[in-house]
This record gives sequence, structure tokens and C-alpha cells, in this order.
Amino acid sequence: MKLIIAIIKPFKLEEVKQALSEIGVEGMTVTEVKGFGRQKGHTEIYRGSEYTVDFLPKVKLEIALPDELIAKAVDAIVNAAKTGKIGDGKVFVMPVDEVVRIRTDERGEAAV
Amino acid sequence: MKQRSTHLTSGLKMLGIFMFLALFSSAFAQEAAEAAPYADLAAFSESPGFSLFTVNNVWMMLATALVFIMHLGFATVESGLTQSKNTVNILFKNTLIPCIGLLTYALCGFNLMYPGVAGGWFAFAGFGVGVTDPVAALTDVYNPGYTYWTDFLFQGMFAATAATIVSGAVAERIKLGQFLIFSTLFVAISYPITGYWKWGNGWLNTMDTPFYDFAGSSLVHSVGGWGALAGVLLLGPRLGKYRNGKVFPILGHSMPLATIGVFLLWLGWFGFNGGSVLSANPGLTSLVLVTTCLAAAAGGVGAAFTSWIVLKKPDLSMALNGILAGLVGITAGADQMAAVSATVIGLIAGILVVFSVLFFDKLQIDDPVGALSVHLVCGIFGTLAVGIWGNLAGTAQLISQLKGIVAIGIFTFAFAFVVFWVLKKLGGIRVSAEEETEGLDIGEHGNEAYPDFTTAHK
Repeated sequence: MKLIIAIIKPFKLEEVKQALSEIGVEGMTVTEVKGFGRQKGHTEIYRGSEYTVDFLPKVKLEIALPDELIAKAVDAIVNAAKTGKIGDGKVFVMPVDEVVRIRTDERGEAAV
Repeated sequence: MKQRSTHLTSGLKMLGIFMFLALFSSAFAQEAAEAAPYADLAAFSESPGFSLFTVNNVWMMLATALVFIMHLGFATVESGLTQSKNTVNILFKNTLIPCIGLLTYALCGFNLMYPGVAGGWFAFAGFGVGVTDPVAALTDVYNPGYTYWTDFLFQGMFAATAATIVSGAVAERIKLGQFLIFSTLFVAISYPITGYWKWGNGWLNTMDTPFYDFAGSSLVHSVGGWGALAGVLLLGPRLGKYRNGKVFPILGHSMPLATIGVFLLWLGWFGFNGGSVLSANPGLTSLVLVTTCLAAAAGGVGAAFTSWIVLKKPDLSMALNGILAGLVGITAGADQMAAVSATVIGLIAGILVVFSVLFFDKLQIDDPVGALSVHLVCGIFGTLAVGIWGNLAGTAQLISQLKGIVAIGIFTFAFAFVVFWVLKKLGGIRVSAEEETEGLDIGEHGNEAYPDFTTAHK
């Protein structure tokens, strides 16, 4: 079992979710986050004073999947989230020690 | 021009009626100047003047309600232009100020402002409000435009608006208790005293060329502004606003709320200026509404384009401040201006307010909502405008305006400064750095304005 953490541009969320459901991914958790990589921020001005906004709004997806689905899921996310412009985001894949379904107490792959 | 009926005017009215009657019947000659023209309220309601009086009074009551709604306008403007972690605190202050204002006005403010003594600096007609002689208080004997009760409430709504101007400038760092103490003293004592000088027929009104302030550019707005200035000087700027000579903006959390607030204030000004005619006189009220709206519109445009040119981008909060600046600017002379002068006054006020906001930031005087720029700077400008444009323009008037501005400024600023200074010495007027960072909603109220939303900037 692995956990995919993907940081994407907010407007790509619907497209990514669609692409994932097409390959059989049944659930995910989404958080609104801020961040930056090589994409620089921009300058804003409020009542005469300038300030830089470095942190840009992004969306973070967390998806736990059995090993067989990981490669397809990563491809689906990358293709759906790509715009070709700077700031498209990143995908991380991490090992998972344990998964539990709270309702039924199922553990392991059955819970994913 | 705003003038409450004093005993002198009522006496003259009664004398006039007496003389008219005396022409036709010497039997009335013994009844002297104390006899009211109506035996009772029923007699008044059958008299020819009743309908007109009723119409006038209805308009004044409507104007009272319009001025009342300005408190919602202040509440929303101030919350919109400040951070969400302080919203409960801002709303609490804006909720309590009108309440305190009305109560103190009933207790002592009304009788400090209209003591019935001509030409003085200070007089007091006693605590409490009430009617002992219905005919003298509730008919056109009191005033052709309104009853005693309407007079009290209309003026009472004005008093609270002066106090609430201060709350925006001192927002996000003042201790609640100390602010409430200051506001109570300010609205109960300082505002009525300076108000008396002009509207209560005090010394500013009895000068050779009387000082002129139609609806309160000085008596309400600059008074609030001086109070705000004293407060912000003793409070200091918000944490992190000025660092190493640079200005770091602290963003308001809701531009929609700020916009709602400004338009509510504009709506309220229909009553603020329209009601200051003190009757429903069609010619005067319709003129005043037009000058008011033209000035507001020109202020908005002036500020919007000034910010666009000077700051490279059009700033919404500046445009909003511009509308208010135009309104404050026309308030001293709304009944004296033609359409063109009203527009020019509004335009200048709108341009002025943008530069004023930048100027105060340069001096590191932190004013989260621009209250000093809108109410103090444009209040002074609006007062001077009466001597520069319109029917009263002239050197003598300009000098009288200056006298009023200076006298009101010195008294109000000194009063506010002393109160804040004493409160500062007695226990401080500023919240701790920790509380300011966490937000006054938690610190002062143990409450949150938006408990269901996650905030990223706590």
C-alpha cells in the first residue's frame, strides 16, 4: 500500500478527480494549501503599500492505494494536472504502514 | 442651517401670534406672552398648521431612521477593512456605541447641546429628557419642523455617529473596556459641548459672521476625527505595520462587507443631510439630497482615478473612502452649494483622501480604515469649503470657519487626548502583543466571528 500526495493547481481538481475515477480510484482527501516551488509569487498593492505574495494557492490530494494501482494513478494525475506552465505541482509517493476502515475495522489492503 | 428652537425663538413666535390676535381683539391683551396659541393637543390637531407640521415631523423621523442605519454601515465598513480575527471586537464596539450614545444623550447630552442659553461656551439644562407641557413640546410651538421627541432622537443619532468614527481608527489593538470608557465620556460630554457652540446657539453661532456647519463636517466628522487622532497617537501602530521604514499592508478581510458599509452610509446620508434641513421643505431637501449625492459620486470617481494614476492600480478601498470623503466634504454646506460646486467639493475631497491615507502612513500613523483621512481631513476641508464656494463664500465666512475649526479642534483633541492619556496611565489602552497576534476576538471576547472557517493567518 502506498500514499500518493499530489500538489496541483486548484482549477485542475475536477479534471484530476475525473481521471482518477476512470481508472478505478474510489476515494481521496483534498486540502486547500499554499505553496511555491520555482514559480515566483507576484506583487500586490493595498492602500498604497506594495507587498509580495510568495505563497500561491494550491490543492493537495491524498490517496491511499494498493501497489498495483500506483503507477496508473500517478500517470493519470500528471496528465490531467499538467498545463505546461510553471507551477503545475508535484506528486509524491510514500509507503504506508497501516490502513484501517473505521466503520468496519478492516485492516490492510481490504481497507484501502 | 441647523438651529434648534430656543426659548427665545418660541417666545418670539408666541409674541408674534399674540400681536396678530391683539389687532383683532383687545380681550387677549391681558394674556401676555405665556399663552400658547393652542389650548391643548386636540385643538392643535384641528388647526390649519397641523398637516404641514405632521408632514415635516414624519420626514424628520424618517431622516432619524436613515441616520440610525449608518451604524450598520460603520459596522460593516470597519469589519470589512480589518482582519477576521478581530471582527467580533469591531462589531461589538459598533453595537454598543449607538446604545451608549443614545442613553447618554438622554441622560445629559441633549441638554448640554441645547441648554437654551445663547452665545455661551458651556451651559446645561439638567439631566434627563421629558415633556411637561405637551403643547409647548409636541406642536409647531416647539418648532415648525418637529416635536421635542423627534428633535431629541434625531440629534441623538448624530451623537452616536461621532463616537463611532473613533472605533475604526483604533481598531485591532485597543482594549475594549478603555475604549468604551473613552467613548462614553466623549459622546456624553465633549461632543455636546462643541455641538452647543454652533447648533445649540452658542458662541460660534452668535459671532458677527456666524460659523456655518449645515450637517456636521466639523461638529460630527472632524470631532470624531480629532478623537481618533488622539487615540491612534497614544496607541501606536499595529504590530508589523511599519518595519525598517517600510509600510507593510494589513489586508482587510472582506471587500464585500466594506462595500456594503459604504453604500449603507451613503443611504444614511440622505437622512444625515436631508434631515438637517429640519423640515420637509421641498426646495431645500431636494437640493440638499442632490448636492450630497453629487459630492459622493465625485468623491468616488476622484479617489478611484487618483489611486489608479498614483498607485498604478485602481484601489477599491480607496474608491470607497472617496465616496465617504465626498459626503463628509459636502456636509458643512450641502444647502449652500450649486450642483457644480458640490461636484467640485466632492472631487477634491476624493483626491484629498487618497493622498491623506498615503500621508498618514508616511508619518507611521496607523489608521486601519482611513477614518482620519475621511473624517478629520475632509471634515476640515468641507468646513472651509463653505467659505470658498456657494452662497456664503467670502473672506469673513472663511475666517469664521477657521475660528470654528481651530476652536473645535483644540477642545476636542485636548479632551480626547487627556482621557486616553489618563486611561493609558491607569492600566494601558493597548492589548498585549500576544493578544494582538492571536486576535482580539479571542482575547477580549473569548469568541470567534467565523468559527466554521479555517483561517490561514492566525
